[in-house]
Amino acid sequence: MTTEHKAPYRVIGTRPLRPDGADKVTGKAQFGADIRLSGMLYGRIKRSPHAHARIKRVDVSRAAALPGVHAVVTAADLPGAEDRVAELGEGSVNMRELSGNVLAHDKVLYRGHAIAAVAAVDAHVAGQAVDLIEVEYELLPPVLDARDAMRPEAPLLDKNRRTRSMAGPADGPSNVAAHYQFISGDPEEGFAEADVVVEREFATRMVHQGYIEPHAATASWSSDGQLTVWTCTQGAFAVRDQCVAILDIPVSKIRVIPTEIGGGFGGKTIVYLEPVAALLAKRTGRPVKLQMDRSEVFEATGPTSGVNARVRMGATREGRIVAADVELIYEAGAYPGSPVMAACMTALAPYEIANTKVDGYDVVVNKPKVAAYRAPGAPAAAFAVEQVVDELAEKLDIDPLRFRLANTSREGTRGPGGRPFPRIGHEECLEAALSSPHYNTPLEGPSRGRGVATGFWFNGGMRSSVTVIVNADGSVSLVEGSTDIGGSRAALAMQLAETLGVGIDDVRPSVADTDAVGYNDVTGGSRVTFATGIAVHEAGMEVRRQMTERAAAHWHVPASDITYEDGRLTCTSDAQKSATFREMALQVLRTGEPLVATGSIVGRGVGAAFSTQIADVEVDPETGKVQILRYTVVQDVGTAIHPAYVEGQMQGGAVQGIGWALNEEYCYDDQGRMANASFLDYRMPTALDVPMIDTIIVEVPNPRHPFGVRGVGEVPIVPPLAAIANAVYRATGVRQTQLPMSPRRILETTLGLS
Amino acid sequence: MSTRTQVGARINGEDTEFLCEPRQSLLEVLREGLGLTGSKEGCNNGNCGACNVIMDGSLVNSCLVLAVEAEGREIQTIEGLASGGALHPIQHAFLEGAALQCGICTPGFIMSAKALLDHEPEPTEERVRRWLAGNLCRCTGYDKIVRAVLDSSVQMRDTARSDGGRS
Repeated sequence: MTTEHKAPYRVIGTRPLRPDGADKVTGKAQFGADIRLSGMLYGRIKRSPHAHARIKRVDVSRAAALPGVHAVVTAADLPGAEDRVAELGEGSVNMRELSGNVLAHDKVLYRGHAIAAVAAVDAHVAGQAVDLIEVEYELLPPVLDARDAMRPEAPLLDKNRRTRSMAGPADGPSNVAAHYQFISGDPEEGFAEADVVVEREFATRMVHQGYIEPHAATASWSSDGQLTVWTCTQGAFAVRDQCVAILDIPVSKIRVIPTEIGGGFGGKTIVYLEPVAALLAKRTGRPVKLQMDRSEVFEATGPTSGVNARVRMGATREGRIVAADVELIYEAGAYPGSPVMAACMTALAPYEIANTKVDGYDVVVNKPKVAAYRAPGAPAAAFAVEQVVDELAEKLDIDPLRFRLANTSREGTRGPGGRPFPRIGHEECLEAALSSPHYNTPLEGPSRGRGVATGFWFNGGMRSSVTVIVNADGSVSLVEGSTDIGGSRAALAMQLAETLGVGIDDVRPSVADTDAVGYNDVTGGSRVTFATGIAVHEAGMEVRRQMTERAAAHWHVPASDITYEDGRLTCTSDAQKSATFREMALQVLRTGEPLVATGSIVGRGVGAAFSTQIADVEVDPETGKVQILRYTVVQDVGTAIHPAYVEGQMQGGAVQGIGWALNEEYCYDDQGRMANASFLDYRMPTALDVPMIDTIIVEVPNPRHPFGVRGVGEVPIVPPLAAIANAVYRATGVRQTQLPMSPRRILETTLGLS
Repeated sequence: MSTRTQVGARINGEDTEFLCEPRQSLLEVLREGLGLTGSKEGCNNGNCGACNVIMDGSLVNSCLVLAVEAEGREIQTIEGLASGGALHPIQHAFLEGAALQCGICTPGFIMSAKALLDHEPEPTEERVRRWLAGNLCRCTGYDKIVRAVLDSSVQMRDTARSDGGRS
């Protein structure tokens, strides 16, 4: 569905086969674990069985003596990393803490924390060696819940940590790494105006990104001291930066080659294995591959935060939301850096509310350090806010979509961070949901309910650089540095084909390593089709300029006499002189200099994303199982470059959210041991758990992108948690304030057993 | 002492011999020993289906089959599916229908779908969903995967019918 006139593009909006597709359906594509080098050794990591302990002694002598073992390394082999914070697009990372997370320095802060690593002839021998490493621990009491961790008497993860806030660092040590506060208007006065006030508390558990490909990295040093790393990452340059800091070697000494990547969702933006593989490779003088098993992925890589939220909102009898007071407590895991600030800024963004106060707390606990996860921070905040909004609408007897429409943010509304929103499409999403076939089909039957919710995500800009090479046969090579996690090669090649007026089959995109293309920030923040797309457009326009000059020289006319339209160069002073891009390339590249252009940009003019979703559920009153009967995702994408992959992002985000809503959680015992670190017990949705996911693509073009792109990937995971909770409420009459809404929790709450 | 066993199997139509340790899985031997890295390791305990191969006509998780159990068996992996440069209809349907995003689960899904369609050429959507419940995909939400399998079943039946008409 299109809500605004769409320019008549030739390539954009079509559904060509993706350029990397054939290799991915035939098993030829090389993912992280598929790298195999001559003389390669296999590594394994020794991990802590305890959630909180001081490391008193590490004895690797028995491991090192095992036949087939070539090297053992510990944190003692790492140089001290700087205490510096780097922005990685989907979150920030303190390099010293990152080093401590890669190999524990003096304390282990969560079960699964890496302590040492072995390189051996094969993974089995490496695993045996890991078991022979002896670690003596002084056990410390673990703190596993953010509210417990905030208490003054709580065990401290780091006695030097002081709470950061706008008032400056606090006096005493604390597990609260940061306190953020955003106030607008006068909240108390706002609540005084309200005729209806709803206040509730909510809680969610840690959940994992759940990419199917475990982390894998291979490192090799050349004889002259150059390090090459192959890894499945969302950002080859981010890996390079982190290795530079952790290993204390110059940027010029490291080349990172990104393999294909089997999912990331934000979780493959920080390094775990790469520096360790580099240490082992250096020590042995041979290539070393490290790869995680699934339980390591669960226990030692970034989940996203468990959250405690309190939301109070007030509205007038006429249906105007006048005040909101939100408190968000986010678990950071072992080191600071939860996405609570983004949560604070997204929580109320869909609405124009005059008086708001949002407090956010970033709290360390003895669990794995969280990493970015698709719209980091936003889904749990929306789970809380969107249920309170739903309850307000119900109390006021207003349709929940119309209530949202009456309060929607639009162009000019004060947005997150205080700046007014540019052109946004939330209103259009709500209207499309209201007029959707789904919303206009009555839902009948017992124990069934329909819920709606809406969500916001900023989308990202950041740095991108591409190189475009025109080949002698008129084809075009597009060299990019944004790793392709779900079809971005296609989306970028299409934007180049559109810019040049050539066919999509004339453009060959490839993802290059860090020595072969300019700097690119991570594939994250829904930024690649937007920002790398701008770089592609810029490079494409430079190709057009050069091609025009070359044509002018070829035809002996001034360049100002030449027009470039729809891939055709035409001389305005002599209509006989006309050639397609390909024909001209064949002419001028035979003799002249090579034709190469680059586009290097900082993605400015980011267009925010909104998604509104409708869920129909049936709750089995005997088992408590929630079945999704029908599901619709409405989303403003700006412009859909490749609609099939846009739909795929919307569907995939929604289903990830369905898993978060209904099944997924980290289950811990009181000693901080995860009880469900496998795909059997950490229950992600299967094909049997979900219906077809209907999509309604809304296109309110981003005026600051050459083709109107906003970004697609993240916002669809924001509304599902609340949409399903609201549906379960309509089906059962009971509000669901905790996730996951597992059969057990549904039974407990609907039967009043909790 | 020799810790290795010699195993003979027919893999993608070729008689293949390899040495393996008793503790090695078929998946490990395919990937590390034979260089057939199209079968993926997502969990190594039979929960994700990324390592699915077809053994003597039955779908198996190759991470749960010991390599020594492959003795005398016929094994088909994703590498053996396209013939003479032409994609199998299921592969083609996945590509055409945008039924992959990152692509790591794709070989397993395609082998799983093949095992289904080899035995049941006309499955319903419900049947496809139930059959594919042993394969995890985290990117697509399954919608386009299920559609691709249903589309390829139609195409394979059409092809079979027209072949049947000619012969």
